[in-house]
Amino acid sequence: MSGSHADVPVAARVRAFEERLIAAGLVTDDELEEVLAGVYATASPVNGARMVARAWTDPAYAGRLLADGNAAAAELGFTGLNYLLKVVQNTAEVHNVIVCTLCSCYPTSLLGPSPSWYKSFAYRSRVVREPRAVLAEFGLELPEPTEIRVWDANSETRYLVLPTRPDSAADLDEEALAGTVSRNGLIGTALR
Amino acid sequence: MARFSPGDRVRALATDPDGHTRLPRYARGHVGEVLEVRATWALPDETVRGNNRREPVYAVRFGARELWGEGSHAVILDLWESYLEDERAGRKDE
Repeated sequence: MSGSHADVPVAARVRAFEERLIAAGLVTDDELEEVLAGVYATASPVNGARMVARAWTDPAYAGRLLADGNAAAAELGFTGLNYLLKVVQNTAEVHNVIVCTLCSCYPTSLLGPSPSWYKSFAYRSRVVREPRAVLAEFGLELPEPTEIRVWDANSETRYLVLPTRPDSAADLDEEALAGTVSRNGLIGTALR
Repeated sequence: MARFSPGDRVRALATDPDGHTRLPRYARGHVGEVLEVRATWALPDETVRGNNRREPVYAVRFGARELWGEGSHAVILDLWESYLEDERAGRKDE
């Protein structure tokens, strides 16, 4: 059951909904538990970071990642994504950031549970309107010529940002490179 | 068969649907450019009515100035074909 945040109003609504489904015989508490445990056992931003580090060290993989995110995720063992994965690449000229203005769609299996601010009305309404100001509040000051692209996950597409590789990381191996990538870097609210 | 192609300029419908939709209000009535055909997916507006109506979905890029009257960034949305019309169709002077 989703009882770990029982003090949050939405959690009470979710629990009420679960109880209705259980009462109607559509699902059992144990089945819900199994699904949630299955999702959260493996969902982590470490997964997305591994994909980024592979792309930084293997240009052919980077090409496949940008062309077909689902297939590239599967190469690293992340199979069965229930969404179309689109990877968007940051460059010296372009910075990408993701949002879901309609609700809170997010590639949970590759980024882990979404942060609470990602689901806030403030982030969702402001980042499409004034992304440069919002990113500055995250501590990310982008130079004026940088083109900002905001990707609204309003359909079945989920986005993952491929950050730029750190200049100072020439001698790092893939695992160490993965350690330089943060969840916010994968969302686009940090440089990496 | 997709009605629009990459590079086409399209207008998101300005209508206010009576029920569920994935067409965000901020894009309605505005003109963007088709980047690519994403996939063919069921139209959520009809799915919630128990119908399975599959149609092309397009990634459409809108300029901030078009959406908000200011700004230099771009916002990219996925829009089902039913949400779009040819840019020229929506002009009031025609």
